[in-house]
Amino acid sequence: MNNQNNNPDIAVHCESVSKNYKDVEALRNINFDVERGEIFGIIGPDGAGKTTLFRILTTLILANEGTALVDGFNVVGDYRDIRKRVGYMPGRFSLYQDLTVEENLNFFATVFNTTIEENYDLVKDIYQQIEPFKNRRAGKLSGGMKQKLALSCALIHKPSVLFLDEPTTGVDPVSRKEFWGMLKNLKAQGITILVSTPYMDEASLCDRIALIQNGEFLTIDTPKNIVSQYKNKLWAVESDEMHKLLLDLRANETTKSCFAFGDKIHISMDNGDLIVDSLQKLLLEKGHTNIFIREIEPTIEDCFMQLSQR
Amino acid sequence: MSFIRKEFYHILRDKTTMMILLGIPIIQMILFGFALTTEVKNTQVAVLAPTNDEAAQRIINKLNASAYFDVTEQIHSTSEIQPIFRDAKAKLVVVFEDHFGDKLRHNGVAHVQLIADATDPNAATSFSFYATNIIAGYQQELMGEAKNPYQITPEVKMLYNPQMIGAFNFVPGVLGMILILICAMMTSIAIVREKEKGTMEILLVSPMKPIYTILSKITPYFVLSCINFATIMLLSVFVLKVPIAGSFMSLIVVSLLYIFVSLALGLLISTIATTQIAAMLMSGMGLMIPVMLLSGMIFPIENMPVALQVLSNVIPARWYIAAVKAVMIQGLGFSAILKEMGVLALMATVLIAISLRKFKVRLE
Repeated sequence: MNNQNNNPDIAVHCESVSKNYKDVEALRNINFDVERGEIFGIIGPDGAGKTTLFRILTTLILANEGTALVDGFNVVGDYRDIRKRVGYMPGRFSLYQDLTVEENLNFFATVFNTTIEENYDLVKDIYQQIEPFKNRRAGKLSGGMKQKLALSCALIHKPSVLFLDEPTTGVDPVSRKEFWGMLKNLKAQGITILVSTPYMDEASLCDRIALIQNGEFLTIDTPKNIVSQYKNKLWAVESDEMHKLLLDLRANETTKSCFAFGDKIHISMDNGDLIVDSLQKLLLEKGHTNIFIREIEPTIEDCFMQLSQR
Repeated sequence: MSFIRKEFYHILRDKTTMMILLGIPIIQMILFGFALTTEVKNTQVAVLAPTNDEAAQRIINKLNASAYFDVTEQIHSTSEIQPIFRDAKAKLVVVFEDHFGDKLRHNGVAHVQLIADATDPNAATSFSFYATNIIAGYQQELMGEAKNPYQITPEVKMLYNPQMIGAFNFVPGVLGMILILICAMMTSIAIVREKEKGTMEILLVSPMKPIYTILSKITPYFVLSCINFATIMLLSVFVLKVPIAGSFMSLIVVSLLYIFVSLALGLLISTIATTQIAAMLMSGMGLMIPVMLLSGMIFPIENMPVALQVLSNVIPARWYIAAVKAVMIQGLGFSAILKEMGVLALMATVLIAISLRKFKVRLE
C-alpha cells in the first residue's frame, strides 16, 4: 500500500504519529527513522508513551494520525506482512506460565511456522543458558531466565526487526548486563533492534537513542552526541544531610538546575562557572558538614533532565 | 495442532478446574436423580372406590403389587381426601368414578382420577407417572381379553404445587446447562485469559490468523463438552434409568448443534469482555440464570407472563431442552424436532456472524 519512503536501509519509519486515549494524549507528533541493523533505544520514564509507540509499530493498536512503516510495510494496511517478520517482546512477561520452557519455545516456533531446529543457531547462545531447565514450568523461572526465554521465543522465527518493550525492567543487574550482551550479538547477525527502557544508564549501550517524555520525543541522537550537547558545567555535591542540601541548593539564586542522583546532587549554575570555594562557604554557613564538591561529566540522565525542563 | 495440544496442557494442568468441570454433571445428575429414585418406592396410596367392583379391585391389586405403591387406606367420600394428605397418610389418592367396572364394560370408557401430593414435585410426577402406567397396563390386559377397545382415562391432578417440575426435565435441563456452562463460559474465559495475561499480544503479532487462534481454543472445550454429554447420558440411562426413548442419532445431532451455539456465545462474550472476571460474570448472569429460569427447566414456559414467554424464545437452552425431551423422553423421531433444530441453527449462524464482525485483529 503506502510505500513512499521505502528506503531499504530504513527498518522503521515513523512520521507525525499521534495517539490519544480519550482525553489523554499518549503520543504527540512522533517522527523518527531506525536504520537497518542498529540498536535504537527509546528512553523515558514510566507513562511516557513507550509501550503505546511499540504497540503502534507492532500493529497492535492504530495511531490517530501519521504513518508508520516497518520493513517498508504500512502498519495499518500491511499488518499481516509485518506480523510475519517482526519479533515482539511485551513489557510484561507474556509467556505461558503453566507450560514448560521447552513447550513454550516449541509452541511459538509452530505459531511462526518454523521449528526450534531450523533457527537453533540464532537462539542457541541464549537458549543454552536456560536449556538445563527446559522441563521446568515458565512460571517457576527467575526473572532473568524468564527474559531469556521470552527473548528466545521472540527470536525463534528469525525476525528482521525486534521490538523489545522494557526487557530489563525487574531484572537483576547481572542479568541486565548479560541481556545487553545478547543484543549486541543479535545486532551482529543483522537484526534491527528497537528497545525501550526506563534506565538511563542503558542508553550508552544503544547506537542511537530517543528521549521521550509525556508522549513527545525530546531528542534523537547517538548517546555521545546527546552528552556532548550538554551546555553547562556540572558538579556533584555531597554532604551529611542530603535532603537539607537539596533544599539549600535549590534556594540558592544562582542555581540553574539541581537534582538528586543516588547519593549525590548534580548541580549547574547560571553563570556557568561555579566557584567551588564560594559554594563551599555558603554551605558551611548553612551548617553542612563533610561537604564534597567535584566537577563531573554529564550523563544521559542529566541531559534528559535538562531537556525535559524546557 | 500444536496450538490445540497447548490448550489441552492448560486444561490438564489446572487440575481443580478440570475436576470441577468433569464433576459438575455427575454431581448434578446424582443430586437431581436421588430425589427421583428414593422417594418413589413404597409410596402410600389411598383408594376411593364408591362401587368396589372387580375392575377397580384389580387395578388396586396391581398398584399394591408393584414395588412403587402400598395401598394403605380405603376411603369412602371425597371429603376425606384433604385430611388424608394433611395427616400424611398417603401421597396419592386414586379415585374411581361411580360404577367404574360397569362403565368400562358397557361403554368401553371409564375414568379414574389420580390426585397427588405434589409438595415434593419430582416425586409426585414420577409416582403419578408410574400409576398411570400401571393403569395403562391393566387396560392392555383387557384389550387382550376382549375385542372391544376398552379405554380407561386416568386424570392426573397435582395438589399443592400445580407448577410442576417435571422429573424427566432434569436430564435435558442438566444437559442444557452443563453444555452452555462448559462451552460458553469456559471458552470465553480461556480466550479472555490470553488477553489478560498479555499472551494475546504475542499471538496477534504472529503470522497465525486470529481466527485459528480462537478455533484452537474452542476445540478442547468441545471435546470436554462431548465427554460431559457422554457422562450425563450414561448416568441417565444406567443409574437413573431414564431411557433414551427416541433415536440416539438425533439426540447427538441436536446436541452438537447446541454445543455449536454455546461456543459461538462464548466467542461473542470473549470479544466483549476484557477480564476473566467480566467474562465469568457475563456468562454467569447472562447465560446461567436465564438458562435455569427461562428455559423451561424449572418453571414451565406456559405458566410464564407473556413478556417472559417471548423472552424465553431467545434462550437457546429452551429449544434444546424441548428437543431433548421430545427425543429422549417422548421417543419422537428426527422430524419432530425440525423446528427446534432450525431455531438453533439460525441462532448459531447469527451469533457466529456477530462475533466474527466484532472480532478484533488488534488490541483495541
